[in-house]
Amino acid sequence: MYVAVKGGEAAIDNAHAFLAARRRGDLSVPPLSVAQIREQMPMAVARVMSEGSLYDRELAALAIKQAAGDLIEAIFLLRAYRTTLPRFMSTLPVDTGDMQAERRISAIFKDLPGGQMLGATFDYTHRLLDFSLLDESDGAADAMSWQASPQSAAQAAPMPRVAGLLADEGLLGVEQDSTAPVPDITREPPDFPSSRAQRLQMLARADEGFLLALGYSTQRGYGRNHPFAGEIRIGLVEVWVEPEELGFPVPIGDIELTECEMVNQFVGGNGQLPQFTRGYGLAFGNAERKAMGMALVDRSLRAAEYGEDVESPAQEEEFVLMHCDNVEAAGFVAHLKLPHYVDFQSELDLVRKLRRERETACAKQEKGGERQAAEPVRKATSTGQIEKEYAA
Amino acid sequence: MTLAQAEHTEPLQAGGYNFAYLDEQTKRAIRRGLLKAVAIPGYQVPFGGREMPLPYGWGTGGMQVTAAVLGQDDVLKVIDQGADDTTNAVSIRRFFKRTAGVRTTERTVEADIIQTRHRIPETPLRKGQIVVFQVPIPEPLRFIEPSDSETRTMHALNDYGVMHVKLYEDIAKYGHIATAYAYPVMVDERYVMDPSPIPKFDNPKLHMSPALMLFGAGREKRLYALPPYCPVVSLDFDDHPFEPPVWDQACAYCGSTTSYLDELIVDDQGTRQFICSDTDYCGERCGHRDEA
Repeated sequence: MYVAVKGGEAAIDNAHAFLAARRRGDLSVPPLSVAQIREQMPMAVARVMSEGSLYDRELAALAIKQAAGDLIEAIFLLRAYRTTLPRFMSTLPVDTGDMQAERRISAIFKDLPGGQMLGATFDYTHRLLDFSLLDESDGAADAMSWQASPQSAAQAAPMPRVAGLLADEGLLGVEQDSTAPVPDITREPPDFPSSRAQRLQMLARADEGFLLALGYSTQRGYGRNHPFAGEIRIGLVEVWVEPEELGFPVPIGDIELTECEMVNQFVGGNGQLPQFTRGYGLAFGNAERKAMGMALVDRSLRAAEYGEDVESPAQEEEFVLMHCDNVEAAGFVAHLKLPHYVDFQSELDLVRKLRRERETACAKQEKGGERQAAEPVRKATSTGQIEKEYAA
Repeated sequence: MTLAQAEHTEPLQAGGYNFAYLDEQTKRAIRRGLLKAVAIPGYQVPFGGREMPLPYGWGTGGMQVTAAVLGQDDVLKVIDQGADDTTNAVSIRRFFKRTAGVRTTERTVEADIIQTRHRIPETPLRKGQIVVFQVPIPEPLRFIEPSDSETRTMHALNDYGVMHVKLYEDIAKYGHIATAYAYPVMVDERYVMDPSPIPKFDNPKLHMSPALMLFGAGREKRLYALPPYCPVVSLDFDDHPFEPPVWDQACAYCGSTTSYLDELIVDDQGTRQFICSDTDYCGERCGHRDEA
């Protein structure tokens, strides 16, 4: 006998209790502190802050802990919190040219004012598992010896942005402040065709994996735009606000940013001197892969602006922007787990009805034209059955 | 319930959050969108949808609409697939109990606001009630034309040729219009509208309903509405008129032959049984109902 699907309430409570236990894991292992995540998983924290669109390392670390390491779940937690926060004012645009960079590289000039600086990067590590980390006791010694070294204390020379150097020579398009009010994609829904400000906002909170794959697709020929990593810099920038009642700007703190400027395929002709184009990527924290993917996709979304044919996924703004948000995407895919009895029932009825009608139609047809061909077969079967029955 | 009632700024129900979770400015913005939607029946109004603490696709649009129109004295009912006790309905009902402290009910007749996913209650709705629909894809033309700028132009120009061609192709291929739920409707002879994924069985309930019908799509950031007593016609052809499905079976519990039935597989031999999808309606008919 059918047992009604009752007791949803108790089931939910039990599921939550089970989840809490799973998150905590083996009780004989000490619990992970938020400070540990914040300090020792800076890349995860950066991703959650970027895609969660909230610069708060403590809360991002808390979200990662609560989400048991599921970063998209952590991003969702942070977003849902962010949306409830009051907005006091907008900051002034940050000046990344003034960044206290800990990493700065350019792939287009061997040397340049301010120099190249590798910073803390995985780039040249050999990806060999470091078994010494299984017992971390001496990790502290390494960190301390680095902090004591003269290199770590070196003050960086001023680092003008590479794109600016090229633009001064007229070799790169100059980006001008449109002075138009900046739209807020979290307050007004996107409309198409979108402005670059809207696009950059959406890309900045877009899923890293999605941008990576789309950027990669442009490198493999789907909307190719000949990118060079003009400059990547990571470091602290000062955030300034200018409260109306004060009338002058004041700094409110530093945030860590990763900025990537791609120098892309040149345009020219029609009386215009040839010049390079650019794509821009910016992310909170140390998030180089995200910033590079974003810069590639930003450039490919400017196809229409440069009169290029829009023929690849990475160039289609509605396709890219409507599907780049992992909180939206994860939710809608996950909703397939919700009951769909009613919809399925109506499809079931429809398919059964269509099948019935088709079968009736086929049966009619068989009685007509195909009778002669069908008859001998049927006879053979029935003879076989009769023989079997006799044998039994 | 009036807008004025919903305007209050009472202290927080669940620590740190406003009444019904969203802040008053956001709720006001949503109500402005809803007023526009009511004024232009069937037209999709873009709105600044917020992240809700439930995932997109799980009713965030409906929840924002409910939060925007909910007043302290309102009685709320939440159903999913017609049932009050499916897990997501339980979760959303709990959310409003916790963040707004409102009274909830499982009885259709008692409710001021009914948030629903995929069904319209069997019990006839009355004047003054509000039905809030959770909408996954608000655009009825989306699966014919993926671009939103295109479909918005089509609505503006009243250019619904592609929809009629699609329905015609169904008839040519299958002998019927092969849409069983989210069956498109023409609202007030102007806008083609997706009634959300309700079975087409429920479509006639939209026509000239005394209740206000509000639709919220959170991820897609669209609102739309049917004001009370609004003409709503399911799309069809003269020689292939719209036909709601009928069952040969009756509900195994209450014996109803006129309600929407869910099919259950009750044993390993594949025996089927049919019961009402609307649990409140079925319970009322059986005369034994468990209180909320």
